[in-house]
Amino acid sequence: PTAVCLRNIITLSGSLTKLAYYSTVQHKVARVRSFDHSGKDIDNEPLYEISVQEEITARLHFIKFENTYIETCLDFIKDHLVNTETKVIKATGGGAYKFKDLIEKKLGLKVDKEDVMTCLIKGCNFVLRNIPHEVFAYQKDSDTEFRFQTNHPNIFPYLLVNIGSGVSIVKVESEDKFEWIGGSSIGGGTFWGLGALLTKTKKFDELLQLASKGQHTNVDMLVKDVYGGAYQTLGLSGNLIASSFGKSTTADKEFSKEDMAKSLLHMISNDIGQLACLHAKLHNLDKIYFGGFFIRGHPVTMRTITYSINFFSKGEVQALFLRHEGYLGAIGAFLKGAEQDNPNQYSWGENYAGSSGLMSTSPDVYPMQRTRSGTFDMLEMDRLERPLVNLPLLKDPSTYIPDTVDLTDDAMARKYWLTCFEEALDGVAKRAAASQPDSVDAQERAEKFRQKYWNKLQTLRQQPFAYGTLTVRSLLDTREHCLNEFNFPDPYSKVKQKENGIALKCFQSVIESLDSLGWEERQFALVKGLLAGNVFDWGAKAVSDVLESEPQFGFEEAKSKLQGKGRSLDLDLDGPPHKCALIFADNSGIDIILGVFPFVRELLSRGTEVILACNSGPALNDVTYSESLIVTERIAAMDPVIHSALRDEKLLLVQTGSSSPCLDLSRLDQGLAVLVRERQTDLVVIEGMGRAIHTNYYAVLRCESLKLAVIKNSWLADRLGGKIFSVIFKYEVPCK
Amino acid sequence: MVMALIQESFFLPPLDFSSSQTWKSCRCPACSCWITSFFPWFGLDIGGTLVKLVYFEPKDITAEEEEEEVENLKSIRKYLTSNVAYGSTGIRDVHLELKDLTLCGRKGNLHFIRFPTHDMPAFIQMGSEKHFSSLHTTLCATGGGAYKFEQDFLTMGDLELCKLDELDCLVKGVLYIDSVGFNGHSECYYFENPTDPERCQKLPFNLENPYPLLLVNIGSGVSILAAYSKDNYKRVTGTSLGGGTFFGLCCLLTGCSTFEEALEMASHGDSTKVDKLVRDIYGGDYERFGLPGWAVASSFGNMMSKEKRESVSKEDLARATLITITNNIGSIARMCALNENINRVVFVGNFLRINTISMRLLAYALDYWSKGQLKALFLEHEGYFGAVGALLGLLDSA
Repeated sequence: PTAVCLRNIITLSGSLTKLAYYSTVQHKVARVRSFDHSGKDIDNEPLYEISVQEEITARLHFIKFENTYIETCLDFIKDHLVNTETKVIKATGGGAYKFKDLIEKKLGLKVDKEDVMTCLIKGCNFVLRNIPHEVFAYQKDSDTEFRFQTNHPNIFPYLLVNIGSGVSIVKVESEDKFEWIGGSSIGGGTFWGLGALLTKTKKFDELLQLASKGQHTNVDMLVKDVYGGAYQTLGLSGNLIASSFGKSTTADKEFSKEDMAKSLLHMISNDIGQLACLHAKLHNLDKIYFGGFFIRGHPVTMRTITYSINFFSKGEVQALFLRHEGYLGAIGAFLKGAEQDNPNQYSWGENYAGSSGLMSTSPDVYPMQRTRSGTFDMLEMDRLERPLVNLPLLKDPSTYIPDTVDLTDDAMARKYWLTCFEEALDGVAKRAAASQPDSVDAQERAEKFRQKYWNKLQTLRQQPFAYGTLTVRSLLDTREHCLNEFNFPDPYSKVKQKENGIALKCFQSVIESLDSLGWEERQFALVKGLLAGNVFDWGAKAVSDVLESEPQFGFEEAKSKLQGKGRSLDLDLDGPPHKCALIFADNSGIDIILGVFPFVRELLSRGTEVILACNSGPALNDVTYSESLIVTERIAAMDPVIHSALRDEKLLLVQTGSSSPCLDLSRLDQGLAVLVRERQTDLVVIEGMGRAIHTNYYAVLRCESLKLAVIKNSWLADRLGGKIFSVIFKYEVPCK
Repeated sequence: MVMALIQESFFLPPLDFSSSQTWKSCRCPACSCWITSFFPWFGLDIGGTLVKLVYFEPKDITAEEEEEEVENLKSIRKYLTSNVAYGSTGIRDVHLELKDLTLCGRKGNLHFIRFPTHDMPAFIQMGSEKHFSSLHTTLCATGGGAYKFEQDFLTMGDLELCKLDELDCLVKGVLYIDSVGFNGHSECYYFENPTDPERCQKLPFNLENPYPLLLVNIGSGVSILAAYSKDNYKRVTGTSLGGGTFFGLCCLLTGCSTFEEALEMASHGDSTKVDKLVRDIYGGDYERFGLPGWAVASSFGNMMSKEKRESVSKEDLARATLITITNNIGSIARMCALNENINRVVFVGNFLRINTISMRLLAYALDYWSKGQLKALFLEHEGYFGAVGALLGLLDSA
């Protein structure tokens, strides 16, 4: 970001200071604007004007500092406190008392203390609602330690067990309704305090290290120590702990630090798990989220807590953890302070470029993250202009998973795609630099982008779970976020502009040739055109290579590339016309103009209304909403069918709310959802590899759907049992 | 070395099992061992830390019987009843003795004896050396040790144990002792005004209609049972944080070597130096959640700080350990009572022996956190109910 303006600042301190602030980030966006073409030589002028403008968006930042860096942290805040009317800083947590004077003196602001638990719950609700793949279950003995959950449309009710120095158990029933239903004094402080006494080890992390190396059976009395084996009548295994520290009831034996630490860890984890289960049972809840410093980023404790919950609930209750658990208090305190901005009315997106990921099993893997002037962990969330909601046509929003392949699960696929993105990176950086020929620092920024994305890819090789479930979509989105970070808002703007211009010139001849065909032939040609158009994808290496080397490669050439021909179509186009079709478009140029528009035109002629949904922001050469407006306007000028449809609002252009080459049907622009409902949409067409294959291949809708794409990647084609440029044409009718 | 000493010093008198009597015996329905119900009548509960032995001393022995009683049986009786300590570790809790009890038509006294489980091999060895097996009596035993030491009893002592279920024995023992009373006094008691130290007093409780009842047995670990009727009871849950944890942690933290020593230290300590209280964090009550300032927010929480670690005494640590374990048991018991919809909770087990601090704290905690809905009850014979149940098992089946 080029400028940061702080509008609201909150600190929260435990042993760490967490700073949450709202900034307005000024960054560059590409805008398109139609020229006034009257009296000009249309053929030699570009179709529209592209300008790069400054845009101001709101972003939420969360940073962790070690408390030793509190002054650095405060200096940072002070330096950035510009044009602010803020007189009060919200603070919560133990440090709120400790650092009150320091903060007030340094910043000249009044410290306003907020209730810890209220903040925690506010924060928890916020991340559960806004961050995809926020929640995960921990499974030590499986290939993927972290099992991310899809966001459930209804997050309530749940149990939040916060394990700080003590334990608080809170039942949360709605946004504002929560209740402290119990707690325990045996918590993280007990592990730390008692552990320090027993082992003379002072640091919490070191105690956990010790524990992970110990054998608790040397210190604990097990069922088999009492029974000689299992207690069979009760079905209690011999390895269960009958009495924690039951073997240390002697003054003359020495016990190792590791063994004592392990025993202590088991004792505390089991105790907390048991109490949590008893409370869950009493209140009839099956979701328990765990948080607090005892859990935070520590696979060792996540494992023992998970074990305990499974044991005591007999598998009926699931222990769940949160990726951004460490920020809940800060987020909540921030939300309290920002109530006049009402952050809950917006949708937010996690910015992968500005967020560090979840720690892996071994914190040693990336010691780099711990340097950087004491900030070693951060999260950024961009405020989206409009709220995002589910596509109303999803069959079951609670089980919808956008992504087709889970790369955290599939090691082969992960390796392939990470390599794929690595290999394409130089080209992307080059194109980014080339897209801004007039900028002096474009090269330098492109290199910074390359470095940043490369590092992200390396982190993901080590910790595939760092940002939730790793998918092709998350890899693509991360790349877009990184490009934006270095002010490359739309590297393909010129390519798109040129291709749109070329394609528009061919529109009328394509329509004429289609109109000359008989009905059945025409339907076939339309679908073939739709698919051929989809070949033009700069995101696919196989295609960008061709497009770079063969500037003459056109619509006809693309048609000839398509594999497999002559299959009759399953699509029921000769039945009664659909009421309304929702089409998610993919690429600019030939794809939208010569592929999608003739298809749209045919639908309109049949009496079907069409909602054409394009991305809100740029991603690769995908057509954006604003570009689609211009393109449509130009087509309408040539074509009476499109013209009257636009005028009569039979053809509606909407934005998806997304800036991704993929499509998450659970996060769509509210306006789109409203329209879909109003127009009683009964056909959904999803086009392109990113939207119909990497995502939504298995999506189940309540109405007829058509997913089509050309496989422009030989590995993926192989996986799906076809060849490169094979065609996916998936027509689905919901079962009654 | 230690073992050898104990062997020497255990049941001292020379036993002679040379002569024998004729016996009536039958199969035990539970484990199909042979059961004989002739003297001596023992009930054994072999726990993780302590062995509890109850012995019925017949007081109505006729001159004829006295004549017939084999010498070694007589010497066992004399030895057990004339001593209060056996060897260096066996102890008879004289104050618990039940006098003039009628059991199976015989009148006599019931004695309560305990010794550490780690002396079990010595106990068996002694039985073997003194030919206890020739008495042809059945040893009814419960607790984990009945399984663990079964083979040792057989191979070393030529004794077949009649293994009885722990929960059955416990429930049976509690109901029986409560029904016979404590030498004319009530076996069951509670603390009135547990939240007011000035007015708090121990009062008898009538457990005539005991069901439903939550039974919390605190030995080395803790078992929690819910009893709905004489024959309908189940284990609800258990926790590994029990008496063994208190004693084990105290040994590590203070270097003490006996439970008594640990409790003695605890009675002189101040746990608030060790624990972090609600008021230490919030400066007073945490009103948002209705938590009083005196409540412990984090057990041993102050020990995260080096300075505070250096300023606490062993007594403070022992006290904090006791408070931590006790509060936790109270908290789990309370949750179980709520889940099972039971409002009377009886605490038993040897953790409570000479442990008024824990009993009062349990009474207080249950009353306070349940807003007076739950009542904590205690029994005078704390840890002996399993052994009593085992003895009753012997008499039942014969």
